This record gives sequence, structure tokens and C-alpha cells, in this order.
Amino acid sequence: MKTTPLIGAHRRAGAKLVDFAGWEMPLHYGSQIDEHHAVRRAAGMFDTSHMLAIDVAGAGARAFLSRALANDVARLERPGKALYSCMLREDGGILDDLIAYFMREDLFRVVVNAATADKDLAWLEALGAGDVALRPRRDLAMIAVQGPQARSRTWSALPVLRAASEPLEPFFGAPAGDAFVSRTGYTGEDGFELLLPADEALAAWGRLAQAGVRPCGLGARDTLRLEAGMNLYGQDMDESVTPLECGLAWTVDLAAQRDFVGRQALAARKPARAQLGLLLAGRGGVLRAHQAVHGAHGDGEITSGTFSPTMQTSIALARLPLQTAPGDEVEVEVRGKRLAARAVHPPFVRHGRILVS
Amino acid sequence: MNVPESLKYTASHEWVRAEPDGTLSVGITDHAQDALGELVFVELPEVGRKLKADEACAVVESVKAASDVYAPLAGEVVDAHHALADSPGAVNKDPYGAWLFRLKPADPAALAKLLDAAAYKKTFK
Repeated sequence: MKTTPLIGAHRRAGAKLVDFAGWEMPLHYGSQIDEHHAVRRAAGMFDTSHMLAIDVAGAGARAFLSRALANDVARLERPGKALYSCMLREDGGILDDLIAYFMREDLFRVVVNAATADKDLAWLEALGAGDVALRPRRDLAMIAVQGPQARSRTWSALPVLRAASEPLEPFFGAPAGDAFVSRTGYTGEDGFELLLPADEALAAWGRLAQAGVRPCGLGARDTLRLEAGMNLYGQDMDESVTPLECGLAWTVDLAAQRDFVGRQALAARKPARAQLGLLLAGRGGVLRAHQAVHGAHGDGEITSGTFSPTMQTSIALARLPLQTAPGDEVEVEVRGKRLAARAVHPPFVRHGRILVS
Repeated sequence: MNVPESLKYTASHEWVRAEPDGTLSVGITDHAQDALGELVFVELPEVGRKLKADEACAVVESVKAASDVYAPLAGEVVDAHHALADSPGAVNKDPYGAWLFRLKPADPAALAKLLDAAAYKKTFK
């Protein structure tokens, strides 16, 4: 199995390690529920070094990404700005979701998922046809520091990053020496994602831990992102699903004339289903992926479900008939029983606050 | 993994303790709670329900998965630990204290046929 530069720290901390897309990664360090609360209430950190940063370099970088990405890189006007986007097949199916950063006019950086990294790189190389240089940055480690105290504790642990990162607005990043700091994340809390030279990651992780940032594993990462209403690639979307069917219509501008891969298919293919959140009404069980949902407009399926540590009830993301609206009552098949649930607009939780009830 | 000598066990990872009043307390083992991860939901059998041996009669759900709990032997449910509904994590913290339900066994002698600690340890090694 592949390991990140932080594997030693995970082992020393007694992490339960699991195989995640071929990477040996921490699931939790004892209690994923406590880790979840640490991020909502103070600060936690995640080793995300299994994800891949790919630098897209050359005079044609913007034009290339304008064709490769479903969201419009023309929105990246100021250096440092980040853009969430899907990358589509010609038929509109989602190859991956990613964040693209505008570094300079001749340098963009995209950060893609671990499980899809090789596929993405091959796809981009085939699309690029020599216009741009694609540089996978396996020399970089990634640490996401998240929570209401994440920024202040990052600065106390790593003061060298402060000058570059203090002025950052949400969804912007900036270089800080050999590192790159962005005010982004996957938890619904404030915080940073740090891209660091691999050989500096272990020391940074240790200093962050000393500053009171709690190490958190993939378990807490999943419950946090679900509460925040964020999709997980391979779970809530994949190559069989278009952005319009998984709550990501906001990342695609079909009114614009820009020609991107998948555009024609999206314009032609009317979605039959749409994504909504579900909130379990009582306490009869836990909503989980693949459970069937029955409503007045037909049947659907849960794509991600969990017990929400913040809300103390079960929540889910589900693909439901298009006519289903927030507020609709539905039933979910949970271990042979039909439990009442209500359709809601995600997110469930942002910045420590519960948004649905 | 903690496997107290004083208890009886099943291959499906329940523990059974004989109480002074002749009833049997049933819970899930330390090994089971560790494999499941942190519990977030517990469903218990109704008092008065008559169970066959090996019948699925309770559910424990963790952050990761749902798992059935089976009756270690035939009998009638005489008590259910409803306080666990508000604190399912108690099963993780103290698996041998956090009993799930109590049974009045149909045949008290059947208890002797369950696994002892040494035999149970062999089932997951």
C-alpha cells in the first residue's frame, strides 16, 4: 500500500489505519466522533496527502482548463482564487471533482481525488495535446486544518505562514515560500489547506498538534463533509451521473457559450433525478448508502448516509425523483422497516450551526 | 482484547452472564465493539418476547455498519437496557457492563454449552 509522508505520525498516534484507494490512511485515532466535534468546536487536521496536485503550466493553461473543466475558469480573475469544478466525459458523466487554483496566467493548479488521480492525469494528457505541461506534484504533502480555531492555531504553530495567509478571503490561496496555503476545506468550517514540500510535512504536523490541532481521520472527514452537504466522489457521483443529477448544477453554466467537454450532452440530457438531503424523523436506525427511498413522486436511493454527531440524528444525501421538493415526507427502507424521513436542502451544518430541523 | 473468564460466549460475539436471580444478561464482546467502531444506535427486543436460540433480536449500529445481535439461547426477554438509546457509546466504553437485554432461559442447563473464554478467544485468532 502507498503511504504519505505522515504515516509515521499516524502510527505513533495509534491511528486505526485502513486501505483507502490503495493508500494506507488513518480512519480515526481513537474516536471519530470526538474528532468530528473537535473540528466543529475548535480545530482538527487531516492528512490529505493522498490527493494529487497537478500543475497546469504554459501560455495556454487557461484555455485548456476552460475546455477541460465544467465550471468556468474565467471566474478566476484574481491570482490565488480557487474554483470548485467537475471534469466530465463527453457524455456528461463525472470523471472527478476538483479544485482549480489560479496561480499565474501561465500556471494553474488542480487538486484531484486520490482514487481517480491516475485516470485524471491520463485524461488531461490526452486532452492537452502538447498545449500545456502537466506536472503531477507528488513532491507535495497536504494537510487540511479545519475548525473555528484552525487559522489562529495554524499561525501559532507555523508563524512563517501567517503573513501570506492572514489576508486570504474564503476560497483564495497564496504561496508562502515553498508552501501554498488556501482558505478552503471539506468540512463546512473555516480553515486552511496546506500544500507543503513532503519533507516538511512531518514537522508541520507535529507543531500543529502541539498547538492544539487534533489529528482527525477519514471517518470524521466523511461525517463532517456530509453535514456540510458536500459530495464524495465515488459515492454521491461517478461517471454514470451528471452534475445536474447530484446537486452540482451551480458549478455548470449552460447559458454561456463556452465549449467544454460534456457540454453538449448536458444540454441534451434532461435529468430525471436530483439530489436532496434527508433527515430521519425518529430514532429507528441509521440512514446508509444504497437504501431505497419511497416518496409521492416515485422511488430514489440514498447515496451517502450517516449518524450526524452534531445533530444527533441520522442524515443522508439521496438521489430522488426530480419533482421531490424540500419539506416532502418520504420513507426509507432501513433493515426491512420503512422509516419516515423528510427531504431538505443541504447543507445540514455550517460553521458549527445546524441549518435544518 | 478483553475476554473475562467469568462469562460465556457465542461465536457471533455475544457474551452471557448468569445473574443471581437465574436470568442471563447478554451483551456484545470487546472484540465485537472494537470491530464495529463507535456505536450510534441500539435497537433492543421488547420485554416479553420469546426468543429461539440464534434468533436475531437486537441491532447495534456503529458509525460504519449495522449488525444484528443474536439470542445466545432460547428464552423470554425479561428486561431491556433502554438507557443505551441515549448513550450507545457506553457499549464501546464498557462492553461487559453495558448489557443489552436479560433473558429467562427456557433451559438453564443450555448455558453450559456456550463457549468459555478460552474457546471464544480462538474464534477470532
